[in-house]
Amino acid sequence: MITGAQAMVRCLEEEGVKAVFGYPGATICPFYDELRTSKVRHVLVRQEQNAGHMASGYARASGEVGVCVVTSGPGATNLITGIATAYMDSIPIVAITGQVPSDLLGRDVFQEIDINGAVMPFIKHSTIVKDAKELPRIFKEAFHIASTGRQGPVLIDVPIDIQNQMIDFEYPDHVDIRGYKPSVKGNALQIKRVCESLHGAKQPLICAGGGVFSARAQREVARLSETAGIPVVTTMMGLGALPTVDPMNLGMIGSFGTPVANRALEETDLLVIIGARVGDRAVVAPSAVEGRSRTIHIDIDPAEIGKNLSTTVPLVGDIKNVLGQLLALSPRTDSALWVARQKALRQAELSAEPFYSKSSVTPARFMRALGERLSDDAYLVADVGQNQIWAAKYLPIRKGRFLTSGGLGTMGYSLPAAIGVKTADPGRQTVVVCGDGSFQMMMNELSTAVEQKIDVKIVLMVNRRLGMVNEIQKDKYSGPFGVFLEHSPDFSALAAAFGVRARRCANDDEIEAAVDEMLSSDGPFLLECSVSPDEGTKNA
Amino acid sequence: MKYTISVLVENRAGVLSKITGLFSRRAFNIDSLAVGTTEDRTMSRITMVVDDNKNSTVEQVEKQLNKLVEVIKVRTYTQEELISKELMIVKVSANQRTRSDIMNVCEIMGAKISDLSATTMTLELADTPDRVDLFADLLRPFSIIELVRTGMIALQKGSGVISAKGNGKQQ
Repeated sequence: MITGAQAMVRCLEEEGVKAVFGYPGATICPFYDELRTSKVRHVLVRQEQNAGHMASGYARASGEVGVCVVTSGPGATNLITGIATAYMDSIPIVAITGQVPSDLLGRDVFQEIDINGAVMPFIKHSTIVKDAKELPRIFKEAFHIASTGRQGPVLIDVPIDIQNQMIDFEYPDHVDIRGYKPSVKGNALQIKRVCESLHGAKQPLICAGGGVFSARAQREVARLSETAGIPVVTTMMGLGALPTVDPMNLGMIGSFGTPVANRALEETDLLVIIGARVGDRAVVAPSAVEGRSRTIHIDIDPAEIGKNLSTTVPLVGDIKNVLGQLLALSPRTDSALWVARQKALRQAELSAEPFYSKSSVTPARFMRALGERLSDDAYLVADVGQNQIWAAKYLPIRKGRFLTSGGLGTMGYSLPAAIGVKTADPGRQTVVVCGDGSFQMMMNELSTAVEQKIDVKIVLMVNRRLGMVNEIQKDKYSGPFGVFLEHSPDFSALAAAFGVRARRCANDDEIEAAVDEMLSSDGPFLLECSVSPDEGTKNA
Repeated sequence: MKYTISVLVENRAGVLSKITGLFSRRAFNIDSLAVGTTEDRTMSRITMVVDDNKNSTVEQVEKQLNKLVEVIKVRTYTQEELISKELMIVKVSANQRTRSDIMNVCEIMGAKISDLSATTMTLELADTPDRVDLFADLLRPFSIIELVRTGMIALQKGSGVISAKGNGKQQ
């Protein structure tokens, strides 16, 4: 017989979990007491929300489920934003929360909160454990549900008495949930219909989203694009599905997209949406698209098809699988003219020279220089706001990944997510891009980075305000208000206090030397870039 | 147009709140809702009536319901495809003068008199929603004191059934 807490640790070991991101508290102490003797690495975060983001970064880099552990009450409520962020971007994480003793549930005792009820609208699945004998099954199911179908967060709430209950431990070897059978394989008839629809299309266009990465189907998308002659635009979550400089890649669509990509979306006669949910940031006016073009929508989640855009040919299934089946039919289009024109337009767009400034750092110029100096397979983790848009628009991606909080737009995502990435994949170069707003939401995690010897490089775009809100207020309201960060700390001195090296980059002349110094330094590094407050996200 | 959605779910605590929560956050309106156990005690069956002017909403409701892990099966029906019943219990004022008129209405509608007092009568009717509406209208002149209705429950006409087995639901 072992305790529930021992069983929980055993479950994690059975699932092959290598690291958990957590913050202990009274109701999760039995679990922590067992974790100390386990091989599973514990990364102590500095605030619970970041445990969720680290688990998310870990999951995105490793392709495995990320795990975070917190205590009941405020620990659990702090984690909520991490869970919602993972949910909106379909990232597989398992969150374990401690809970007050079962017999006290519902009495509002110290640090009791109904976390199951609280997360219900933005979680894939959640359970409260009522009997420790169920722990093995619940853990097995949680990892299965998080990582299959449309991936997403799952929460297991474990009252402290359950952690202390004695059980016979046996880990199930398979899962059978009658209400959960994701369809992975595409319907052969639908795949044939997709192939027939492509046939003869003169101006076809692929729109690739984050689902391409969830399915690890970058190669299949590239092959479809290449063999059938279909140029590719991406959503922000789909950035990097093709290398930026691939001639078939027309760039990012949407309110912050590039003109060539958005124009292609307006002109296409057959839109092939792959693993994208037609969110309002990517497709501003779905009804206009409906009117102009036929649509093929390929997604693992049937509920996404037809939700925001009516579809001519729906195709449900795992993208890698489905595209494999489709490619076997050798799909063809009639797009030679269209492809040649789009390639030329894109080429002209890419070769436009960014502005040059002696008095501050031009974001476009900086991102281009940074991208050129990164390793081919580097991770770039962008925060939310102007910094995110600059990175998305101007940073060239080769074989690396662009990670960000695309759906929820959670400020303070980048550094914790990057720590998670580095925990999963320590050898891979990882660079954070953030602003002075987002940095001040997460700078406590510099301690975690230093403590865990996480070699993460941080680019901090300083314009002494919440740039994106400032921009919206200038464009649409009476002017900037409540967005000024004039009393920010001396960031380089702050970094030094954490034991992190830092330097400033004052203008475009310093970019190359500054980036080189950052990338060649050993250990975490903060590069503080002075950006003009007038710098927007819409200009070139 | 009204649609009836029948949902087989795991018979577990908290499942109903997941379903109703889904409706409110996706801004779908429910006309009526009834929950009870089924031939299999591990399952509950939820019967919902929704009003939809675009068919796309019902389709989206069905897909979102299917995504819940505790949902085993979802089927949408139009009224014509169903045998449906709703139960109403209603207390009306009654005296010697009005009692026989009320009994008349009950007889015509096939309602049952389930309780009597010196000043009231309590009636019950299990019938289709529009017949239950009609019965309530007919009783209004006698002054309704208290009225309660269940949500509608329904089964498909003919030999068709929903069962947990067979084709797995689409995920």
